[in-house]
Amino acid sequence: MNLFTHLGRYFILMYRVFSKPQRFSVYWRQIIHEINNIGISSLPIIAIISVFMGGIITIQAAFGFSSPWVPLYAIGFTTRESILLEFSPTIVSLILAGKVGSNIASEIGAMRITEQIDALEIMGINSAGYLIFPKIAAAIIIFPFLIALSMFLGIWGGYAMGVAANACSSYEYIFGIQAYFEPWKLYYSFTKVIVFAYIITSVSSYFGYYTYGGALEVGKSSTRAVVYSSILILFFGLILTNLFFSR
Amino acid sequence: MIEIKNINKTFGDRHIIKDISFKFYQGKTNLIIGESGCGKTTLLKLMVGLHAADTGEILYHNKNFPALDNKGKQEIRTKIGMLFQGGALFDSLTLEENVQFPLDMFTHLSKTEKAERVNYCLDKVQLSGKNKLYPSELSGGMKKRAALARAIANSPDYLFCDEPNSGLDPKTSIVIDNLIQDITRELNITTVIITHDMNSVMEIGDNVMFIHKGENWWTGDKTEILNTKNAELFDFVFASEFIKKVYKKNAS
Repeated sequence: MNLFTHLGRYFILMYRVFSKPQRFSVYWRQIIHEINNIGISSLPIIAIISVFMGGIITIQAAFGFSSPWVPLYAIGFTTRESILLEFSPTIVSLILAGKVGSNIASEIGAMRITEQIDALEIMGINSAGYLIFPKIAAAIIIFPFLIALSMFLGIWGGYAMGVAANACSSYEYIFGIQAYFEPWKLYYSFTKVIVFAYIITSVSSYFGYYTYGGALEVGKSSTRAVVYSSILILFFGLILTNLFFSR
Repeated sequence: MIEIKNINKTFGDRHIIKDISFKFYQGKTNLIIGESGCGKTTLLKLMVGLHAADTGEILYHNKNFPALDNKGKQEIRTKIGMLFQGGALFDSLTLEENVQFPLDMFTHLSKTEKAERVNYCLDKVQLSGKNKLYPSELSGGMKKRAALARAIANSPDYLFCDEPNSGLDPKTSIVIDNLIQDITRELNITTVIITHDMNSVMEIGDNVMFIHKGENWWTGDKTEILNTKNAELFDFVFASEFIKKVYKKNAS
C-alpha cells in the first residue's frame, strides 16, 4: 500500500473521528477514562526518566564547563535550556509514543480482530469517533501537564545531582536556571507537545483501526504505530523548530 | 420482515455471493446454512451493512437499506441486534455495562430504568447476578448468552446471529438455540441465524436457506430437510456416516 493510500485513509478516518459525537455525555466519560489510562498511568515512567535525565545533563554540563572562563551558573542554564527545549517536549514524547502509542494500537487492533468494532458499527455507533476521539482529546489535555511535570522534575533532578556531586553550588544552579529566560520558548515547547500528542494518538489509532488478521497483525500494527509516530514526531519537531527559531 | 433480492458480491475476481434472493420472516427463526466458506458470513455482513453488495436490494420492511442515506441507515441500525461468533463483548466493560451500552448510546432512560432493563435482559439469558463480571471471567456459553443479552437490550426488530453454537457443547448449544427461539417468538422479531450445526437446524429451523458455492441452493423448513432430494443438501445434512446409518435404520 503506498503513501497516498495511507494518507487518504488517515484523513477519511480523521473526518469520521471529528464528526459530531452521538452522545456527548458518553464521550466525556470516555475522555476522563482515557486521561487516566493515557496520562496518569504514564506518571511514574516520566518522573523516573526526567529526574535521571536532569541529573545526567547537569553532570555532563559540569564536565564540559570545567574551564575557569565559563561561570558555574552556566550548568543550571544549560540544564534548563536542554530540558525545556528538547528533552521534555521531544524525548519524553518519543517515550510516550512507545508506551501510549503501542497501547492504543494494540487495544484498537485487538478490538478490530475480535469484531468489537464491527459490533459498534452494527449498533449504529460511529466507532472511529467513539474509540479515537476521546484518546486524542485526552492526550491533548493531559500531555502538557505531563511535560510540565517532566520539566520541573528534570530541573529538580539536575539541581539535586549538581549539588550532591559538588558540580556547582545551590545558588549558582538556581541563578543559572533563571538566567536569560525567554518565555516564548515555553510557548514553543508546549506547541510541540500538543502537536506530538495529536500525532501519537491519531497515528497509533490509525494503525490499530486498520488491523486485519490475528494476533500477529496486532503486534505488527503496534510496532508500526511506534515507528511512524516517532518519525513524525521528529519530522514535525524539525518543522516547528524551524518556524519558531527562524525569526 | 427482511427480503434480499438478487444479491451479488465479488472480492477481486472471486464471485462469493451469486444472485441470492430470500425472505426472512418476522417471528420466525430464519436459518442460513451451508459448508464453511460458502458465503454465509459474507451474506450476513452484507445484510447488516458491514460490506456493500455489488448489486441487489436488502429490504428491511420494504426499505432498501443500501440505498438509504446515513440517517436512514442509522435508524435501521439502532433496530438491529447482533450476536457475533466470538461474542464481541467489550473487554473493558463489565457484563452489565456491556448490556447497558446500547441504552446509554441510544435512549434517554433514567439510571433506574436502565438498571431494570439490564437486569431483565440478563435474567432472560439466565445470567442474573453476574452483572459485575468481566468478559474474561465468563465461559464460552456465558459469553454467548451475555452477547445475546446485549443484542436484545435495545428491543431490536431484527436479530442476527453468526454461528451462535460454535465452540459450545451440545447441551449449551440447545440452551442458546432455545433462548434465541423464545426471544424471537416473544418479541416477534425477525431473526437470522447462520449455522452449520445440524442440531440447531432440526431444533429451530423455521425457515431455512441452504447456500452452496455462493448460490441459494435450497429453501424449506426443518421438516423438509430430512426428505430432501437435493444431492448437495443431502451430503451436507448426512455428512456424518453415523447419522446416515441411524437415519437409514429409522427409515427402514
